[in-house]
Amino acid sequence: MNAVAAPALEIKGLCKNFGGMSAITDVNISVAAGERRLLLGPNGAGKTTLFNLITGVLKSDKGTIQSFGRDLTRLPAHRRVHRGIARTFQIITLFDKNTLRHNVVLALMGLQNRRWNPVTRIKNYSDLEEQAENVLARVGLDAIADQPLVQSSYGERRRLEIAMALAQEPRVLLLDEPLAGLSREERRDVQELLGKIPREVTVILIEHDMDVALSFAEKITALYYGEVLLEGTREEVVADPRIREVYLGA
Amino acid sequence: MKVKIMLTAAALLLVFVFYPYIVPSTFYVSLASQIFIAAIMALSLNLLVGYGGMVSLGHAAYPGVAAYLIIWLSTRGGMDPVSAVLVTMGTVTLMAGLFGLLALRAKGLSFLMITLALGQIVWGVAYRWVSVTGGDNGLSGLVRPAPFGIDLTSGHSFYYFAGICFGLAMFVMYLFVRSPFGASLKGVRDQPARMVALGYNVWMIRYASFIISGFWGGISGVLYAYYHQFISPHAISIANSAEFLLMVIAGGAGTLLGPLVGATLVLVLKNVVSAYVTRWLMLLGIIFVVIVIFLPEGLVPGVERLRLQLKNILRRPGGLSAKCSALTTSVFKSLGIKRGRKS
Repeated sequence: MNAVAAPALEIKGLCKNFGGMSAITDVNISVAAGERRLLLGPNGAGKTTLFNLITGVLKSDKGTIQSFGRDLTRLPAHRRVHRGIARTFQIITLFDKNTLRHNVVLALMGLQNRRWNPVTRIKNYSDLEEQAENVLARVGLDAIADQPLVQSSYGERRRLEIAMALAQEPRVLLLDEPLAGLSREERRDVQELLGKIPREVTVILIEHDMDVALSFAEKITALYYGEVLLEGTREEVVADPRIREVYLGA
Repeated sequence: MKVKIMLTAAALLLVFVFYPYIVPSTFYVSLASQIFIAAIMALSLNLLVGYGGMVSLGHAAYPGVAAYLIIWLSTRGGMDPVSAVLVTMGTVTLMAGLFGLLALRAKGLSFLMITLALGQIVWGVAYRWVSVTGGDNGLSGLVRPAPFGIDLTSGHSFYYFAGICFGLAMFVMYLFVRSPFGASLKGVRDQPARMVALGYNVWMIRYASFIISGFWGGISGVLYAYYHQFISPHAISIANSAEFLLMVIAGGAGTLLGPLVGATLVLVLKNVVSAYVTRWLMLLGIIFVVIVIFLPEGLVPGVERLRLQLKNILRRPGGLSAKCSALTTSVFKSLGIKRGRKS
């Protein structure tokens, strides 16, 4: 793979306004294949908006978004998933009434044409059921696979959400605050899970837990009021006085 | 488990076959036919409301247009039954496709308002386009067909015909709700944002369901026309759309049996109870209020919930007596009586 010619994600001159307010202004970001990138920024900096623009939930006003050399800018959100862009949500967004297994099956089916089948019983797809079981086993949730999601803890849900995104074997994974609201033990579990994400997957992370985020990220992009404040390696950014002031409480 | 399902199915089939011979008069046979027709309609609406989370208040437009078309094509158009049914169903499905494009620009309350407006347009056309629709007098003169040489003129044969159509609709719906597409529709109802993030085309899933729903509404309309051999604007009024919605919600939206239970409830009240109670509409209102208060999820899931709760109480050792004693204590307490045993 020619990583230099085709970055996993290349954002150029991206702009987004909400009414008169500018949420994202002329953002340029290039993320190499396999990289772990951290997005930093205070509340309202535009981190989640940027995720929504990359995934296509929001339409950009200006600029282009490319992934591995292919243009995504005009593609509807669900088509971008088929191009290998997966995400998790800041607020856990799962199917509470269904079992964990069904949640994963929905994730697996999302990229397959069988999702349109209106007659075959979904449970008859034994390959999907088994695959779902494997996905759950990888995150240590296989024991409760057939339990309705409402009965599981917040940490388990968070792991399930990441597992569902990984089940689709994405090329680019966007994680929106995967540690938010978790207990110390749950954080450790999720952190371990993040460490096991295969190297082929490019990861872009929004996270306020600095210990975890800094140990995970290789490069950091800091956003401030919708603009890129600075970008660099972990060491460069941590050493920057502006960042120290805002985040590290120097 | 499988044996139990088979036995239930066999029992239902027996009841269905012998029902016309058990009931005291043909009135109940035709009532059952009407229930089947309404239940197909409720099934089709349940697909949108229950499984898709899209509440439509103009759904009577589909059976309405289907009924008008089939009568017009068969009488004034001079078509044979097969082509008339095909043309009617094709047109109604196309209409659902067009209405879906308009209604699915919105969600929630706005979706409801657009379906309402579309339903009213259809009603207005039926009411005003007198040269074609007969205006207030409606259209009549449709002769029941004889599919495969089976004459449907008698109440009995039509009952079986309507029942088989309902069984077919039910079976298709049963397959649908357990299928991947059914799971997608339920997923879109519960978490549209997540479904998009998993690669599902949320709009297309809603749109396809909208058309399928319109199609089954059309089937119900064709049966309605053959049953009554008459259609007037009243059948597509907003009151009728609301009645269908009532069937779905009272029976249990998003359940397979809910539409049948809801249709039975409404039609029995309308046809049987109305003979004894002049203000049966008020009674319907009261029943609906009671359902909403005590079984807000509808009759089918509500009764199931109560059954499970009762089972839990009975299963717990000493659970029932404990519950009873707690209940009597609270009743006594509210009456201001102190409970104690005489020594």
